Amino acid sequence: MTEPVISLRGVRAELGSRPVLRGIDLTVNRGEVVALLGANGSGKSTAVRSVIGQVPVSAGEIELFGTPRARFRDWARVGYVPQRTTAAGGVPATVTEIVSSGRLSRTRFGVFRKADHAAVRQALELVGMADRAKDSVNALSGGQHQRVLIARALASGPELLIMDEPMAGVDLASQEVLARTLREQVAAGATVLLVLHELGPLEPLIDRAVVLRDGCVLHDGPPPKAVGQHALPGHDHVHPHAAHDAEPIRTGLLS
Amino acid sequence: MDFLNYDFMQRALLAAVLVGITAPAVGIYLVQRRQALMGDGIGHVAMTGVGLGFLLSWSPVWMATLVSVLGAVLMELIRWYGRTRGDIALAMLFYGGMAGGVMFINLAPTGSNANLTSYLFGSLSTVSESDVTAIVLLAAFVVSVTLGLRRQLFAVSQDEEFARVTGLPVRALNLLTAITAAVTVTVAMRVVGLLLVSALMVVPVAAAQQLSRSFAATFAIAVAIGVTVTIGGTVTSYYQDVPPGATIVLLTIGAFIVLTALAAPLARRRARALAAAHPAGDPAECAIPASRESGGKVGV
Repeated sequence: MTEPVISLRGVRAELGSRPVLRGIDLTVNRGEVVALLGANGSGKSTAVRSVIGQVPVSAGEIELFGTPRARFRDWARVGYVPQRTTAAGGVPATVTEIVSSGRLSRTRFGVFRKADHAAVRQALELVGMADRAKDSVNALSGGQHQRVLIARALASGPELLIMDEPMAGVDLASQEVLARTLREQVAAGATVLLVLHELGPLEPLIDRAVVLRDGCVLHDGPPPKAVGQHALPGHDHVHPHAAHDAEPIRTGLLS
Repeated sequence: MDFLNYDFMQRALLAAVLVGITAPAVGIYLVQRRQALMGDGIGHVAMTGVGLGFLLSWSPVWMATLVSVLGAVLMELIRWYGRTRGDIALAMLFYGGMAGGVMFINLAPTGSNANLTSYLFGSLSTVSESDVTAIVLLAAFVVSVTLGLRRQLFAVSQDEEFARVTGLPVRALNLLTAITAAVTVTVAMRVVGLLLVSALMVVPVAAAQQLSRSFAATFAIAVAIGVTVTIGGTVTSYYQDVPPGATIVLLTIGAFIVLTALAAPLARRRARALAAAHPAGDPAECAIPASRESGGKVGV
């Protein structure tokens, strides 16, 4: 249980000239479920995005499965669920088509074999969306859309799941499905790193919580108990996200 | 069908069919990435290539291909590195490309604005044997990329960040999309012209979306619309003496309007079928939850 799957040492990152991560240490061991908590602007999304190489790092070391991230190529072992965006692609796509993208890392030159189609179907069954396989993703609710994105991450059969706010804006029924799916993955030996606003329905699953504030690790240990209003059942804590979390600025005409 | 007896019409129809296939095949990825106007920008840049072709007495088609590929790569790099002023850089690239084309063609001993017009608005009847060879080769490249790499291009166009985490070479695929779009522009240049080429990349895809729920169906319907309107426009221009490029684009927009009108009742029927198939998940109307009724009286 001590083999590190994710390891960050002294990681610093800037967005523009503003430091967002100011020397972060974070280790996720095999089989662990770690929640990354913190307020808006604390750097938790940036920390996760630095792990998958979406944010340039100015100092420090990042390792995935013991390999420096810059040399890491075995992406089929990683399942990533990005923060759900409302912007869909400009062309309709079915649930199956979206989830199939998650299987590409297991294929050679993108050619799908029988096993790949089966894996996509199975991923959809895991999140209870198999009956919607042929529907357009535009016809889904927010929670169903989130389940599709998780199925996409599961399609490659990953050992490590990285999820950025999987519960934000998700209806209660879908939250239960997501918690159950995650429980099954953890029982099967998956390692999980989650960005969360609060522990919520996933609390019983979480082994360790890392709390960030202003780009520094404030707490690393057992999950903190919620207090005050945040402890009320059903408290849905959704904030608009700061601009720095967004995609790099697109150039109007072509984007 | 007497038009099939003429060599120039055979060449024109072959070129038109290839454009009808390739333009929507690339356009669907541009629309998916919300870069619908990229084809228009490349068309402007390609004008410099046409002008250079005349000035240096090289094939304008190949020269336009070279210049528009360079322009498309430059646009992709601007999108990549450009932060706040990227749109201004792109505007300069577009209008510089157009001005360069006009300048070079007027400097050329054999060129004039009349030559340029045939590239701006298409000139099917003057498609030569060597043009057809170039168009066939370029179209083969476009079809093999857009079909052969469809899963990769779909993933990158749908969600670039996720695609990077699956280990796809996102930067290379983005460059390939830009290059393929540039090649398509030069394929379509002789048929619909540089100023109208973007319409054939975007409008068939928009029209197909009115009917389809999946990417695969959108692709197939868009190509079917593309081939239908390019053949229809070419034949119409043979009988009626109207410019083929403009005819093709107007037919495409007509197809969009007709399909949009047909789509409304289809969407209603689908919504009803969906509501019937998933009564619990998607209630069509507001209903008081059963638990509320069984839970006793609710005082007001």
